[in-house]
Amino acid sequence: MKKKVSELVVECLELENIDTVFGYPGAAIMPFYEALRKSSINHILVRNEQSAGHMANGYARTNDTVGICIATSGPGATNLITGVATAYMDSIPLVVITGQVDSKSIGSDMFQEADIIGATEPFTKHNFLVKKAKDIPKFIKEAFYLANTGRKGPVLIDLPVDIQNQLMELDYPEKIDIRGYKPTYVGNMRQIKKAVKEINKAQNPLVCVGGGIASSNSRDELELFIKKTNIPVACSLMGVDGFDNNSDYFAGLLGSHGYPFVNRALNKADLLIVIGARLADRTTSKYSFNENQSIIHIDIDPAEIGKNIKTHIPIVGDAKKVLTSLNQFEYKPIWEKWSEKIMKERESYFEKALNLNININKVNPCLVVREVSNLVKGNTIITADVGQNQIWTTHFYKASKNRKFFTSGGLGTMGYSIPAAIGAKFASPSHTVVAMSGEGGMQMLVGELAVLRENNLDLKIIIFNNNSLGMVREMQENLFGENNHYSTAIGFNPDFMQLAKAYDIDGIQINNNDEIKTKLKMAFSKKGPCLIECKVDPKFPTLPTKVKELEKKNIEIA
Amino acid sequence: MKGERHVLAILVENYSGTLSKVAGLFTRRGYNIDSLNVAETMDPKTSRITATVTGDEKILEQITKQLNKLINVIKITDLTCKKSIQRELMFVKISSSIESRNEIIQMTNVFKGKTVDISSKSITIELTGDEEKNNAFIELVKPFGIIELVRTGLTAIERG
Repeated sequence: MKKKVSELVVECLELENIDTVFGYPGAAIMPFYEALRKSSINHILVRNEQSAGHMANGYARTNDTVGICIATSGPGATNLITGVATAYMDSIPLVVITGQVDSKSIGSDMFQEADIIGATEPFTKHNFLVKKAKDIPKFIKEAFYLANTGRKGPVLIDLPVDIQNQLMELDYPEKIDIRGYKPTYVGNMRQIKKAVKEINKAQNPLVCVGGGIASSNSRDELELFIKKTNIPVACSLMGVDGFDNNSDYFAGLLGSHGYPFVNRALNKADLLIVIGARLADRTTSKYSFNENQSIIHIDIDPAEIGKNIKTHIPIVGDAKKVLTSLNQFEYKPIWEKWSEKIMKERESYFEKALNLNININKVNPCLVVREVSNLVKGNTIITADVGQNQIWTTHFYKASKNRKFFTSGGLGTMGYSIPAAIGAKFASPSHTVVAMSGEGGMQMLVGELAVLRENNLDLKIIIFNNNSLGMVREMQENLFGENNHYSTAIGFNPDFMQLAKAYDIDGIQINNNDEIKTKLKMAFSKKGPCLIECKVDPKFPTLPTKVKELEKKNIEIA
Repeated sequence: MKGERHVLAILVENYSGTLSKVAGLFTRRGYNIDSLNVAETMDPKTSRITATVTGDEKILEQITKQLNKLINVIKITDLTCKKSIQRELMFVKISSSIESRNEIIQMTNVFKGKTVDISSKSITIELTGDEEKNNAFIELVKPFGIIELVRTGLTAIERG
């Protein structure tokens, strides 16, 4: 039976087991929305298209599935771009559907026309402009396949409005054969054997994991590998939930904003085993190339191997498959002392940071994060925004389970945490979900508070309010002198408690360290959305260990 | 940019936007492209892009890997490393009076070129060859005054 293309697109989504989509309607996507109205799919109306990308991102990361976001042509599609680019940098599988003006008028600068195919070329894994209705089933099938296989990522389908209205019969393909796309999953055995030899030779080896652990679901295989070898595990921002943060072998975050002791270990190690990480600048900024160091790099994307750092043993493959192969071999776990030393440094770092109080009338944000960590236990999804809050959260939250800690690791998109948390909550309503943000980041997509209320989501938002764009302010002060920050001390902020009230959600303010425990308990004991504002001193540093420098500047330490 | 010149033969699926995706990748990642040409192959579903790029081994490895990641790219062959035949076609419009015409035609014959157009003030030569030969011809006729010069860029095929 012939049906409208828009209805067939929705049918294809149903065939791909999609039950929730995030989007914002408009003229050029109207036929699709009409089909959506008649379907069983749940559509979540966002308040800015960018959030649709982040919500689909949080949804995809939580449920290990493809996230769907929808926007209309022109400004709808361009607003979505930041969400798409965020997903691309972190290899999150999305299928993005945009409306487009009438196919015969493309190129004539119509009302709400934008070349979204051209615009998203740099940050989609692939994109399709539908020119003929008959291509649609193939494009959708391929879009889902491309998004969620190999190195995952967003795929965009641009759908002209006239084609949405055409009549056609659905013939959804079962098989896929894309000549130019054949990802390598199984690692080369010869390379793996070389790696085993190298591991057994090492004195101070270090494992470094990234987002590849989550996207290949190789958490169990990694745990077994560490159990067999006792090698300490460091991570990038994307790899925080790749390994149990409570483990005796979890060293933690590397890089420009990583733990100092992990960066020291990175430089001291004679063998690095990098799994599903890009080793981008933020991860390796404190790393100096060491001639005596050997590097094993495991990644599904061959282009990442050797791109940033010279690799000695490259292994192209899926982390799960390669780790399974590595686990077939025997190792002599002789690195107990090396691990213990790192763990000791870790504890002393925590102690120092958690006791740091540069202003007795304000809150130590590290303490808040640690308190949340103690309160919610492992089965909670945490999202962190970008800036100081991201680093405080990464350093002091102890993520224990897979796919439970989300942040914009690659693109560094402010505003990510709240919509991503909303997406996570829709994906798994039974989980406690907490979004961490700064007052700067949260205001970028503040309208999404309405989505919380509209859907009565039990989601807690913690914002660290230091009346500053803290991380940039700190950089300015470090680079240009203590008082030479510019445009980063915020002249006006809204009253966040009034703001919460305006959106009809609970608001709780934490003014100092003494209030942290009781007020957090209060916030978490009541179901429903809640905005928790923590008052933080603008001088509180991103890295609490930088306090020595603060001492030098004679800042009073209580 | 330092490094050697490479001729890459890129086999792609014939979809709209494929060329833009390939060309965009070069710009985006900061790779220099010296010449580029594209046309359909025997199979109308595929096209072949020949790109000349300059770069050291590391850059070339990245270019190849990144190109391979494009979904519509089927295969990449570095023809520099293999025995290959490389040619480009060029047209040179040279300023020439009746007196200098013969001299130019003689040179063209030595270079196995063709005279394709003559007017009272100019003569147009078609020449096919590798870059070295074409460059040599350009140097030779420069003194007469080159009015216009167009080159297709290299295209290449593996021997045997």
